[in-house]
Amino acid sequence: MQDDLLNMDCRELRDGIAAGRIKSITVAEAVFERIEQYEPIVGAYITTFKEHALAKAEEIDAQIAAGKQVGQLAGVPIAVKDVLCTTFGATTCASKILENFHAPYNATVIEKLLSADAVIVGKTNMDEFAMGSSTETSGLKQTVNPWDTSRVPGGSSGGSTAAVAGRLCFAALGSDTGGSIRQPASFCGVVGLKPTYGRVSRFGLVAYGSSLDQIGPITRTVADSALMMNVIAGHDPADSTSVDEKQAPVCDYLEKLDEPIKQLKIAVVPQFNAGAESQVQKAISDAIGVYKNLGAEIIEIEMPHLDYAIAAYYIVATAEASSNLARYDGVHYGHRSENAEDYIEVYSKSRAEGFGKEVKRRIMLGTYALSSGYYDAYYLKALKVRNLIRSDFTKAFENCDCIIMPVSPTTAFKIGEKMDDPLKMYLSDVYTIAANLAGVPAVSIPCGFDEDNLPIGLQILAPAFCEDKLLRIARMYESRTDWHKKKPAIV
Amino acid sequence: MAKKIDQTRVRKVARLSRLELTEAEVAEFADQLSAILEYVEKMNELDTDDVQPLAHCLPISNCFRADCVKESLGTEKVLGNAPQRDGEFFKVPKIIDSV
Repeated sequence: MQDDLLNMDCRELRDGIAAGRIKSITVAEAVFERIEQYEPIVGAYITTFKEHALAKAEEIDAQIAAGKQVGQLAGVPIAVKDVLCTTFGATTCASKILENFHAPYNATVIEKLLSADAVIVGKTNMDEFAMGSSTETSGLKQTVNPWDTSRVPGGSSGGSTAAVAGRLCFAALGSDTGGSIRQPASFCGVVGLKPTYGRVSRFGLVAYGSSLDQIGPITRTVADSALMMNVIAGHDPADSTSVDEKQAPVCDYLEKLDEPIKQLKIAVVPQFNAGAESQVQKAISDAIGVYKNLGAEIIEIEMPHLDYAIAAYYIVATAEASSNLARYDGVHYGHRSENAEDYIEVYSKSRAEGFGKEVKRRIMLGTYALSSGYYDAYYLKALKVRNLIRSDFTKAFENCDCIIMPVSPTTAFKIGEKMDDPLKMYLSDVYTIAANLAGVPAVSIPCGFDEDNLPIGLQILAPAFCEDKLLRIARMYESRTDWHKKKPAIV
Repeated sequence: MAKKIDQTRVRKVARLSRLELTEAEVAEFADQLSAILEYVEKMNELDTDDVQPLAHCLPISNCFRADCVKESLGTEKVLGNAPQRDGEFFKVPKIIDSV
């Protein structure tokens, strides 16, 4: 019974709660019971809010009993990545420098979850300041992959994807700067959507690469992704880069979800895909076969600049990070060194003590790329390459509805395997980075398993602000396959 | 081949970044950043002379809002996370030398 409850999707659960068939408190208690049992193994959460969550669940039950209308996520236990500001609990970004930081306001997406009556379960682990591809750079704890606890959950939103896969919540929010929602979603066998840049407000999202960062949902089904988008998408006056809805209307992403796209035309980039492991390539071509059987036309295209995406990304993202992270100065909030003799040392020692190695490395790289004498060769060059990459997408979408490719060249790797070689870790982002540079939406959905029973993800990319179409295309595949129904052995 | 970034340069960048590095970190970063920069230079295979730089993907330039008074966070909330404070001020070591 308890397991049946925990395996429900958000939509069923919410409707059951709203109709009074399921008690919100029963669901919340079941989730916390499970957290008590499995969280010591998985390590998905930095903070949990048991009391807070149970009180909220009781409040929702009382509202329903009183015949009041409840929100779209009424009673649904949801986790949020610890990069989102909340007035309850700390907001750490998995960094020692913010270990005791208490945000004075809620991120807009948190306000939206709360007004949809979601029950926020806790804040999830991540790579420090979202810098990493395995959640191993967290300064606070380690998260493992629920499918194989000797392996990483992916990153940087690895706590969120492990929590969703491990049934430690029903859905989660992550953030994606270069693949940080999609890659861990693929490693953990769940659905991860990076919306179009500007679709979801970034207000209250602690900034890493401001022109690339985007918040998105991590769920077990495509329908739940659509449901979460219905709650979080839209313009926010507090974020000047969130797009005007007159320019790009937000729609009901659930409304036509089950209607297949007619005369679907899918593009693949064979040369680029050849870099993935053979089992990943096989899963992708099998997925393409499913679309063919549904009547889709598959075309092969070239996107000549995709090979340069990692190079451009690691300059653009780190340059923006070096500027964004200048705010951690030991003065206004965060860690201050006790050993500082003068004000310069307040900065340099507080930052040295508070930041982990990957964060330091990226600040250094970004500062170098922006420094006098190197700006043109690295930063300006990277922005030009970024434009070429975006043109590749513009041209491609003139002739197709979506592009399909792997999410990651490999399945989940072993803990520690790539920690000594940062470049090797960066290269694992090869398939996800371009969507951020071009600002287009992309989703990762489960599409198979390798011989070690590790999940493989299928990535679908669509033109800007076409999340509705993107999710419908994803749903076409999901409705014909059972991969999303498979559960890790510990579940 | 000479490193893209030597230890002297690493120290300079660390100073610009306000990061106090240990000697071991300086050596490690010189190696790692050199390897990363060498990889990044593959961008030079592309001719970008006639390409405009793209800083972000939105067709937005300036966003203005109505100039009206709104409630702000308030001093207590803003100072709530201060590592050290003195009344309504953030407290820091002396910045201007007394001559």
